[in-house]
Amino acid sequence: MVTKTKTAPSPAGSTGEITYLEAIREALFEEMARDQNVFCLGEDIGAFGGAFKVTEGLLAKFGEQRVIDSPISEIAIVGAAAGAAHMGMRPVVEMQFIDFIANAYDMLTNYVATARYRAFLPCPMVVRGPSGGYVRGGPFHSQNPEAGFLHTPGLKIVYPSTAADAKGLMKAAIRDDDCVLFFEHKYLYRRVKEVMPRGDHVVPIGQARVAREGTDVSIVTYAAATWKALEAAEILASEYGISVEVLDLRTLAPMDDEAIFRTVKKTNRLLVLHEDTRTGGIAGEITARVSETCFEWLDAPVLRVTAADIPLPYAPALEDYVLPQVADVVRAVRRLAAY
Amino acid sequence: MAKARVARAAASRQSDQLSREQKLQLYYWMRLTRQLEERLVNLYRQTKVVGGLFRSLGQEADAVGSCFALEQRDVMSPLIRNLGAMLVKGATPVEVLKQYMAKADSPTRGRELNIHFGDIGEAGTTRGFLGQISPLGDMIPVMAGVTLSFKMRGEDRVGLVYIGDGATSTGAFHEGINFAAVQKCPLVVIVENNGYAYSTPTHKQTAAKQFVDKAIGYGVYGLQADGNDVLAVYDVTKEAVDRARRGDGVTLIELMTYRRKGHAEHDNQSYVPPGEIEKWAAESDPLDRYLRVIRDELNATDDEIAAIDARVLREIDEATDIADASSTPKALDALIGVYADPAVEQPLWFRRDAGDAEYGTERPEGWGTWSADGGKR
Repeated sequence: MVTKTKTAPSPAGSTGEITYLEAIREALFEEMARDQNVFCLGEDIGAFGGAFKVTEGLLAKFGEQRVIDSPISEIAIVGAAAGAAHMGMRPVVEMQFIDFIANAYDMLTNYVATARYRAFLPCPMVVRGPSGGYVRGGPFHSQNPEAGFLHTPGLKIVYPSTAADAKGLMKAAIRDDDCVLFFEHKYLYRRVKEVMPRGDHVVPIGQARVAREGTDVSIVTYAAATWKALEAAEILASEYGISVEVLDLRTLAPMDDEAIFRTVKKTNRLLVLHEDTRTGGIAGEITARVSETCFEWLDAPVLRVTAADIPLPYAPALEDYVLPQVADVVRAVRRLAAY
Repeated sequence: MAKARVARAAASRQSDQLSREQKLQLYYWMRLTRQLEERLVNLYRQTKVVGGLFRSLGQEADAVGSCFALEQRDVMSPLIRNLGAMLVKGATPVEVLKQYMAKADSPTRGRELNIHFGDIGEAGTTRGFLGQISPLGDMIPVMAGVTLSFKMRGEDRVGLVYIGDGATSTGAFHEGINFAAVQKCPLVVIVENNGYAYSTPTHKQTAAKQFVDKAIGYGVYGLQADGNDVLAVYDVTKEAVDRARRGDGVTLIELMTYRRKGHAEHDNQSYVPPGEIEKWAAESDPLDRYLRVIRDELNATDDEIAAIDARVLREIDEATDIADASSTPKALDALIGVYADPAVEQPLWFRRDAGDAEYGTERPEGWGTWSADGGKR
């Protein structure tokens, strides 16, 4: 049994509770130890261990060849990852903040996403990074750019809400034969923790998770908003007697349509909740799918609770106003339940 | 102050090591390139080429001479005007013709255009060329990654990537060459200065006096050569490839050449000053120049040259017949292979009963025009 100090990076096989962040780190340790082809590439990920310390300890264990501190060049690191992936490597690229993935938009959408289809080129790589708001990060350290990539065929997108899912999905993402965009919610990094399932814990990509069973109204959501939904569900149950089912998508592409349709057919009322902005967001897509397939089962219009269409501001009062809050979810569910 | 090295005719040249047979091969590859493009022009005019046609007329020496410096295990990523490099690396005329004609058994099964196709992987089992995509500059970072993998695995392999004068203005070029330089990747970057990026002349692309000067800024070795002199191109590329193989990192090579055709076949080159194209054709055609070399220095006879020309024509005729006879893709094959898993996409609901035969026959001339109320005229 390895004795750990509190500050030491988690090597593989933790036994106690670990945080969402430590769970991701544990997945990286395990996968790099398991497969020589896995390597990490990003800005300040080596000696410094990453802006949030996700990659702390990797350099010491795996060396500079496999933990590469890169120039500030999102195009180059995503492109180089693709080239290495063609040759059989399995790169894990860090965006220091996921906001900066916009710099690599061309490389991801034009090059990586099309590689298999247009040229039969394998591109097994992971692009991961701290995402999301509620952290007073301002316009460029708080974004949720997942919808911008959901639109592109050829990419997979995961965005976990729990520590165990963060670990299991990271391991699945690294083993996947296509490019996976792995969004990590920075608000959850050190706020959620749990004991990891024993053994080689892999969570399949493409499967949603029922985070709370319920009968009256369904909330389909993902990432940090899952916790907002659960908090609202508690209030709705205790104060209003409304039973809410919460579906945590976990994977956004490919989307688990069956799980969404199942919960809609069970409760007949759907709220889609996400932290990203409203227009062109994922909630609109889910609403359309449900409308096309579950029209006869719906007892109420599908409602959305999302961020307002506003760049995310810095001041607490402004940020809290723009982002969806528990009270918004409670209000929306009560409206649905009233139909 | 560091200065970019500019290659000059040295006492001993790398190309002096080439055998007479190899030097005649250089002629064969350049002739094959030009002749294959001539054939494509014919097919284009017969509307058998589905999309646009891109020529490398006048740039054959640049593509052929550079790629000839690679070994079989090395990997090259071409641009649209590097058909010659593709052929040297093992792409066949049949593959190229099928690509342009969007055939079902083309290298990309009708998914991609022209010479956007590749064959990379393990040394020995693959030919080592990686198809470009249309956003220019992107192949520099990708080839940085390909060559990074060589370095990480200790493989004795080198990468060669081409970029045009225009695409040196992209962020991808800058980030890619800088990354490769820092990582000391075994990569050779060839900047083909052919005077124009589509219609934009070089002086509107950069304020630098010459592209080779950019090597200084990136801390890499710089070389420059006459891109229409196939042996000079070979010399500088071989030097760069040898350096990369030794572990000395990236070299930026500027090849001076000239694009005698438009960006693509539709382009009437109205922006080119009068007489410029004709001057290059008369004074610096790479095939004419090299024919003089092989006649004067290799004592190649008219019969020898005619035999190569005949072989080229025969190979292209045979390839054309094969490509022409190939079928076009089945429409439903469009659903295959976006991901490894799932391997096949589900058809949209309004296409669930659709068959293959219903698609792919609509031709532009059948589209007609519509009146404001939607009625077809």
